[in-house]
Amino acid sequence: MVVRPVGERLWSTCIWVLVGFFVVNLIGMIAAVVVNSFGTRWFTTWLPTGYTTRWYILAWNEFHLPDILLVTIQAVGAVVILSGIIGVPAAYAMARRDFPGKRAVMTLFLLPLLVPPITYGIPMATVLYQAHLAGSMLGVILANLVPTVPFVVLIMIPFIEQIDPRVEAAARVFGARTFRLFTQVLIPLLLPGILAALLLVLVRTIAMFELTFLTAGPTSQTLVVALYYAVFAAGVRPGQSIDAMAVVYMITTLIWLLIALRFVNPTQIVARAKR
Amino acid sequence: MSAALGAHAPRLRLRLRNRGLDGVTLLVVPAVLFILALFIYPFLYGLLLSFEPKEGGALANYIAFFSDPFLYDTIGTTLLIAIPATLLNVVLSVPVAMRVRLMRHQKLLTAILVIPITLGTVLIAEGLLTYLGPRGWVNRVLVDFGITGSPIRLVHNYWGVLLSLVISGFPFTFLLTLSYVTGIDPALEQAGRMLGARSRARFWRIILPLLAPGLAVTTALSFVQAFSVFPSAVLLGAPAGPTRVISIAAYQAAFEAYDYSMASAIAMIMAAVQVIIVVALLAARGLLFRGPASSGKG
Repeated sequence: MVVRPVGERLWSTCIWVLVGFFVVNLIGMIAAVVVNSFGTRWFTTWLPTGYTTRWYILAWNEFHLPDILLVTIQAVGAVVILSGIIGVPAAYAMARRDFPGKRAVMTLFLLPLLVPPITYGIPMATVLYQAHLAGSMLGVILANLVPTVPFVVLIMIPFIEQIDPRVEAAARVFGARTFRLFTQVLIPLLLPGILAALLLVLVRTIAMFELTFLTAGPTSQTLVVALYYAVFAAGVRPGQSIDAMAVVYMITTLIWLLIALRFVNPTQIVARAKR
Repeated sequence: MSAALGAHAPRLRLRLRNRGLDGVTLLVVPAVLFILALFIYPFLYGLLLSFEPKEGGALANYIAFFSDPFLYDTIGTTLLIAIPATLLNVVLSVPVAMRVRLMRHQKLLTAILVIPITLGTVLIAEGLLTYLGPRGWVNRVLVDFGITGSPIRLVHNYWGVLLSLVISGFPFTFLLTLSYVTGIDPALEQAGRMLGARSRARFWRIILPLLAPGLAVTTALSFVQAFSVFPSAVLLGAPAGPTRVISIAAYQAAFEAYDYSMASAIAMIMAAVQVIIVVALLAARGLLFRGPASSGKG
């Protein structure tokens, strides 16, 4: 009977070592990018021989970072706002009404979240190119809305179900129509949920590579696509300036992740809404 | 509007409302139309397009794919990367999730693990190029501690892609597994403990059967993600050879050869392989675990 706790403790130690190993490598990977982006020369030593910020100035000019950042803000902003406008009312209908075909609609919303973007992205990009929508900002926004609209719907349904229907009934009794019900009753009540859903959309869209990559033209590249092309053409420019760009990308993403984590549980980013 | 229609309209509206169809239900329409137009329609369009090749009969694309080893080998190549990565992620996730669920402050660990998912595969590829490269810290540790004589090659080959799939896939699999593990009612395990089951027996006889449905879904989702690996296979692998995955073949057909018909055919084959594996996984779940143990909270 004395043996068991030892075995269990050993087992739990093994697991913590495993988790520690993973986290150390993760931090190592991120730190390597950051250190390299500030290093002058880094060949046979543990750390670079000197530090400089000139790679950032180089990256800023060479990769047209101001333009790319502007495009990223515009595209991501449009996706966040549009997915909210389309997704929240749809979630309201899904939460409050039982209509024929509801299960089919639910499946329709689940599919774009389950099928990986590169699989549906290629036929989607083909259609968008033939409609002359791809290769521009509009194409990037439309493509990115495909996974984000269902995402907002699925996140918002449980939030809406939590609201007492009598609140809405009271508003109706006092003569509020659907639009006023939304603007004056539901949106204020749902604000935490909407904020959480849209922040998650924001984080996911900044990092959405495949769909943006397949639909972006030369003037509609977001940060992550520009980073891909920079790494793809590595050797043309110093590796440190690519890493400087990677750091700019990481900061942009992680700031929003930090804000999002104040409102949502990390598991929600992966597990979506539970049904 | 005619008088006859006017008399019918309220009754029709009432009938529709009784079936759950009224103004509020219509709010779902824009989202449904959007997904139909940009998800379902392109898929069907792609399916039809794949049967209209540039030259040859309706099946020419598929025949071309399955007779050219440069193309059909991509399925095997992708499976060879995706299956080990998925198995590794799932097998590691379960014990870690079992342990972490007992933790009081899970949020810090889960927040750290969400970072690679948030950063995405492009950044992971760039980070690993620096970190695992011949001058990177991993090789420095291996050489300086005398584990290997000279730096080992971890990038621009199979291992780089596999490691990138573990870095991005493990947190994803783990967080999904954790959400399923924490959904199991602890009282069930308590009951097992009171009846004298040791921790190993409790895991195999109580937790695992309850976890199985969720685990099958987790495995399916992580496999599908790994199977559609793209940026890291290009940046971190050897996209001309050992890591020429199926998404690279589809991309090249579409955007380098501009043969959208062939690209659609490859995309359909890619989707078909994913569907086959997912269906097989879910069927296996049905065969292995039957009975009322599917939901812990009942």
